[in-house]
Amino acid sequence: MSENRLEIRNLHARIAGGVDILKGVDLTVPAGEVHALMGQNGSGKSTLAKVMAGDPAYEITDGDILIDGESVLEMEPDERARAGLYLAFQYPVEVPGVSIANFLRLALNARRDEDDEIGVMEFYTKLQGAVKELDWDESIIERNLHEGFSGGEKKRSEILQLLVLEPKYAILDETDSGLDVDALKVVAHGVNAARGDAFGALVITHYQRLLNYIVPDRVHVMAEGRVITSGDKELAMELDDKGYDWIKNEVASGAAPA
Amino acid sequence: MADAPMQHPDADKLVGMEHEKQYDFQLPEEYFYKSEKGLTPEVIEKISAFKGEPQWMLDFRLKSLEIAMKKGAPTWGPDLSGLDFDDIYFYVRPNEEQGTTNSWDDIPEEVRATYQRLGIPEAEQKVLAGVGAQYESEMVYHSLKEEWEKQGVIFLDTDTGLQEHEELFKEYFATVVPPNDNYYAAVNSAVWSGGSFVYVPKGVEVDVPLQAYFLLNAQNIGQFERTLIIVEEGAKAHYIEGCTAPTYASDSFHSGVIEIIAKDNANVRYSTIQNWSHNVYNLVTQRALVHSGASMGWLDGNLGSKVTMKYPSCYLLGPGAHGEVLSIAFAGDGQHQDAGAKVIHAAPNTSSSVVSKSISKGEGTSSYRGLVQIHEGAENAKSNVECDALLLDDTSKTNTYPYIEIDEKSAHVGHEATVSKLNEEQIFYLMSRGLAEDEAMALIVRGFLEPVAKELPLEYAVELNRLIELEMEGSVG
Repeated sequence: MSENRLEIRNLHARIAGGVDILKGVDLTVPAGEVHALMGQNGSGKSTLAKVMAGDPAYEITDGDILIDGESVLEMEPDERARAGLYLAFQYPVEVPGVSIANFLRLALNARRDEDDEIGVMEFYTKLQGAVKELDWDESIIERNLHEGFSGGEKKRSEILQLLVLEPKYAILDETDSGLDVDALKVVAHGVNAARGDAFGALVITHYQRLLNYIVPDRVHVMAEGRVITSGDKELAMELDDKGYDWIKNEVASGAAPA
Repeated sequence: MADAPMQHPDADKLVGMEHEKQYDFQLPEEYFYKSEKGLTPEVIEKISAFKGEPQWMLDFRLKSLEIAMKKGAPTWGPDLSGLDFDDIYFYVRPNEEQGTTNSWDDIPEEVRATYQRLGIPEAEQKVLAGVGAQYESEMVYHSLKEEWEKQGVIFLDTDTGLQEHEELFKEYFATVVPPNDNYYAAVNSAVWSGGSFVYVPKGVEVDVPLQAYFLLNAQNIGQFERTLIIVEEGAKAHYIEGCTAPTYASDSFHSGVIEIIAKDNANVRYSTIQNWSHNVYNLVTQRALVHSGASMGWLDGNLGSKVTMKYPSCYLLGPGAHGEVLSIAFAGDGQHQDAGAKVIHAAPNTSSSVVSKSISKGEGTSSYRGLVQIHEGAENAKSNVECDALLLDDTSKTNTYPYIEIDEKSAHVGHEATVSKLNEEQIFYLMSRGLAEDEAMALIVRGFLEPVAKELPLEYAVELNRLIELEMEGSVG
């Protein structure tokens, strides 16, 4: 069996010193697939995303996270990134004075050997290709990272970075929140452009809306720090229709697979 | 230091020494001179006699010493109690400029390692460390020099400037920073040596920056350098002093005076990045007189040293004069950077802008100390001050001392100050993109400095970045 997958096993985690927010998450995203992770506010979705990326504010109390069969628990966030993991943040920070172009060139070179830095032409060709894919103006690459960006622009920047850095696995943390339909389509187009046999993604969202544009191979539902059920894309529609209480009841009564 | 003795019993020494010829094309004399320690009239007489100066300069030096002794050291600002005048050589002839160091092997390993990591060629390293006197850019310098001479531009070390252009020199010398201005200016006036003398005639625009770098072999690095820059009406010049490599000095006291005169509609820019070794007290007076319609810009980078006190100033004397001060300070562990700016608006429609960025680390302290003064009658004067401090950890400190004095109702004055601490979320974000923690921190710092660094010529900006990275090492918790 192929080892190419992003795997979360029985993951328990909390804010350092607090109580567990994740209470045994099990989830596998094989390479080549896009999965959706849905759940209400407070269900632990965003915590899961940050824990996977290695946010030092959290501590893992049990379980494991594996990239292609290799545990990342002992890895720093940058090592996880270089191992192929990418998190599109729900709230990307601003870094004043650092242009998108400079930043992405550094980030790309961090993945390469010191004597094998990316050529200037190769880099700009790649960057401009990604900018075009997202229907963005070329001047954006000279703007400072998220400085003065609207919410929508920040989300678009997260996808731009994804396209340039070409991770093996991406986690998109509510990339759709705060976007109008046009921006949503652009972002979805970017994610779809990244799809391929060597790319897996976990798309975290409240709403089914995004999944009209990024059609998932699987849908997982999270509640109270666990994945309570999984299904195909129809599950997302049904959930949108009937609500989270419905699915919780279904799971409790045994009507939906736990 | 207030009770520094006026007399020393020992006679001055003339020390015979075999010259190392490969480094000494410029200095045919077979002897070099080193003054006794301490600050006395005898030392000053010897300095002046040794340089073969005119009587008026000796008189000026002696008078300055009197003023210094009367004034005494200032009692405000950073702690200078480690400074002991009795233990300082106030004059060492240039090839022996760095005190007792005259061999490459005597330069501490850490300084040599830093040079290597900055990628500085060995010949240049030796000049910077004070053990060499020849530098490979000399050819470049000579061709530029011919060009400048055709335009009537004078660019010499200050001692040569005095010898070759005495009348011009005398007309402007100490008119911007007189010896009674402050204690350290008085000390400098008494014992000055080295620095640059620049004269740009009316209407001449010097396109290539005048770099003190080129004069390194001609005695430019000095403990008490004295630079005098005169830019005539409608002329333009950019002077660049120093470089980002750490300037190694076994002596511990540096006090320069920089005087600039920007005549009507002149455009002058003075850029400096100093990176003194960590034992140095660096107390510098930098001032420009800015006449009608002229524009003066100071770009000031302060790294290294134990204590730096430096407040580049612009006296806006004519209508429409414009002054700008952009500064960067990096206070590493145990260092105190007390830097800022002074802007005096003494004429209508004058404008000024001050941007100050400081970074503090470990037990380092950075202070912004600034004065904006708007005199009565300076109608519609505009001034904007922005000072931003970045703390890299919980132990470093920053202070802001803004002084604003306004005697004119129509003035517009803005002041904005921010203090921020290196942000964990930013570091996590950058790391999640593959940057190691130290790279992430260095990138945030570079971004913080960017508004000032972008004003630097490219090669200096690149060196500054490398230098910041070196300074940041060991910041990762």
